[in-house]
Amino acid sequence: MPITSEILDDTVHVRIEGELTIYTVAELAGELLPQMGAAPRLELDLSQVTEMDGAGLQLLAVIQREAGIAGTALSVTGQSQAVTQALQLCRGAAS
Amino acid sequence: MSINLDQAQQTFIVEARELLQAMEQSLLQLESEPGDQDAIGAIFRAAHTIKGSAGLFGLASIVGFTHIVEDVLDRLREGNVAVDAALIALLLKCGDHMLELVEVVANRGEAPTPAALERGEALREALSAYQPMRTATASVETAEVADDAAVEVLWHISLRFGVDVFRNGMDPLSFLRYLETLGQMMQVTTLTDSIPPMDSWDPESCYLGFEIDLRSTASHATLNEVFDFVRDDCEVHIVAVDEAPDSPAAMGSELVTQTEQAPMTPSPQRLPAASEAKTRDGNYVRVNADKLDELINLVGELVIASAGASLLTRSCNNDPLQEATSTVSGLVEEILDGALHLRMIPIGDTFNRFRRVVRDISQELGKDIELIISGAETELDKTVVEKIGDPLMHLLRNAMDHGIESADARRAAGKSAKGHLNLNAYHDSGSIVIEIADDGAGLNRERILEKAQERGLVASGAVLTDQEIYNLIFEAGFSTAEAVTNLSGRGVGMDVVKRNITLLRGTVDLDSRPGQGTVVRIRLPLTLAIINGFLVGIDQSTYVIPLDMVQECIELDKHQRQSSRDQGYLDLRGEVLPLVHLRDHFSHEGPAARRQNVVVVRYAEHKAGLVVDDLLGEFQTVIKPLGKLFGALRGISGSTILGSGAVALILDIPALLNQIVQLEARTTQAPPSPPVVAR
Repeated sequence: MPITSEILDDTVHVRIEGELTIYTVAELAGELLPQMGAAPRLELDLSQVTEMDGAGLQLLAVIQREAGIAGTALSVTGQSQAVTQALQLCRGAAS
Repeated sequence: MSINLDQAQQTFIVEARELLQAMEQSLLQLESEPGDQDAIGAIFRAAHTIKGSAGLFGLASIVGFTHIVEDVLDRLREGNVAVDAALIALLLKCGDHMLELVEVVANRGEAPTPAALERGEALREALSAYQPMRTATASVETAEVADDAAVEVLWHISLRFGVDVFRNGMDPLSFLRYLETLGQMMQVTTLTDSIPPMDSWDPESCYLGFEIDLRSTASHATLNEVFDFVRDDCEVHIVAVDEAPDSPAAMGSELVTQTEQAPMTPSPQRLPAASEAKTRDGNYVRVNADKLDELINLVGELVIASAGASLLTRSCNNDPLQEATSTVSGLVEEILDGALHLRMIPIGDTFNRFRRVVRDISQELGKDIELIISGAETELDKTVVEKIGDPLMHLLRNAMDHGIESADARRAAGKSAKGHLNLNAYHDSGSIVIEIADDGAGLNRERILEKAQERGLVASGAVLTDQEIYNLIFEAGFSTAEAVTNLSGRGVGMDVVKRNITLLRGTVDLDSRPGQGTVVRIRLPLTLAIINGFLVGIDQSTYVIPLDMVQECIELDKHQRQSSRDQGYLDLRGEVLPLVHLRDHFSHEGPAARRQNVVVVRYAEHKAGLVVDDLLGEFQTVIKPLGKLFGALRGISGSTILGSGAVALILDIPALLNQIVQLEARTTQAPPSPPVVAR
């Protein structure tokens, strides 16, 4: 299971493990997006992401956008090197 | 070949005109803010580009003159020459001269007129005052020639990936990684705004785009090769950013080719260089206006055809078919919007042209006048924009010449010595309003009235509102020289202004306060081709009312019917609403229908109710002009073809309302009279 999520108080903690790529985005999106707006806060832990590509970047951008629409406070609690590099490449567009 | 070259030259002429326009803008900007480096850079670039392209076509006269101008601009940019009014005035004149030279090329004249040459000489001489020594010229030239392929160039790359990029196993990020190896990424902007809303978003489709600034020694071709893999489902635009001071990059290379070969016979290889230079200023495609008109005409026909199809569909009980047609209609509507939008251009360019006019005229008249422009981004139809320039110019000249007093008179009246001229545009109920306001002396009401009575435009006993009196100056009889001197001069060709605006299906009116100024308001339709119409029926005939003017519809019940018929007005929530019985107005025979409805329409500040039999709903209306035969017909502005193939007449609401106002004014001379028009 690449994704684990739990709700504590008013915060959804989501932890993504493994790939954040074209191979996993569909599944991740299916899991994640319905949770948008379920709680006022969303914490995203990306420290266990091993690989990230453009599709992953796009997913993060959508999460960010949807969080803005739903009024959910979004925070990223950790990011792996793969995530940092990818975001740096496109100058941190998503977070 | 010669045809191609011809086309390229046409493009050059169009471009040169635009660049000169931009140069003039920047010069005026520089005049108000002498320290503006951006403006100086823009002026320099404009001159530089014109020189470069002119060289490509072997237009020696333009190259020669522009070169000197460029020299001075270069010194200006380096701070060796200070910006002052004299220099700006000189450079403006130089711009005019360059335009003149370009026009000579455009008109295929062999040589400029002797007068123009003389002017050119005088300008050269004046410019030489700003040139230190001849050697400076040489150094500029060598600097340009010296630049080579190995120079680092700032490239701007815009990438738009197609939806299938991920599915085809490619990762946009890997392209970025590869670009990083080619040079230094100065800036990357990730574009996510084309990602559709969540419910229609597919995580496996790509909607990403990137804007990248890359400083690299790589050539255009090398960069282009990077994207060979994704060429099919990716949009790539690579352009060299023209960095003003030290890297003449893309432009430099043009100049090199120009100096290497004899300018008389441009060879085909050099044309790509020109087109590459063109892409630098945004990804625009130049389209012939006629083609655009043709497209819009076709879209109009498409709208009619699709309306016909959906009408037929509704009559044959077939759900899937109905669904399909409704999808088609939706798409057609979108195409229509898109097509119309293509023709919409902001009015700002037209407005900005007047800056120079105001500057020149105010100097000529010895008045200090400031032009304040607002609403420049307001968009309207291209044809309208083109045709409104002259009337606007006329009104502006009038306002400056006669509206705004001399500085002394202004001070005496307790106003600031500086006159203000406001040019404003905004959208209002389906039309665009352009306002020209001055803070001058205003119109002299008594004298206009006197004049009008003298000329027999107004009966001597008639009671007119202030507004009506002011608007008299748009009457044809007012535009004589005598009237000009007697009145504060207003009225010069005002009838022409009005006629031009009426031809655009617009109206003009005027408001004035003595001592405080005058406002001229021009109201124009947004587009000339297609309107959203509201269909109403009388007997078997159908009429179209422009939807933008419809405010509401109400049913006329039985006893209201009787009383309203007697009185000619209706009590609309305590407001007096004058009624027009269209059945009588258009002389339909036969008894009134059992049920009647009132459509409340508004135009400008007039409001009235039109009594009709049936309300038939909205309809996208393609306006077909009426033939010449019906030119004199009032109250009808055109016709359209309905889905059923029947013809419907489009009501000209402004004219109709005016007609009522006049009619009522005539019949209500004797008191007691109900108010003519609800405000």
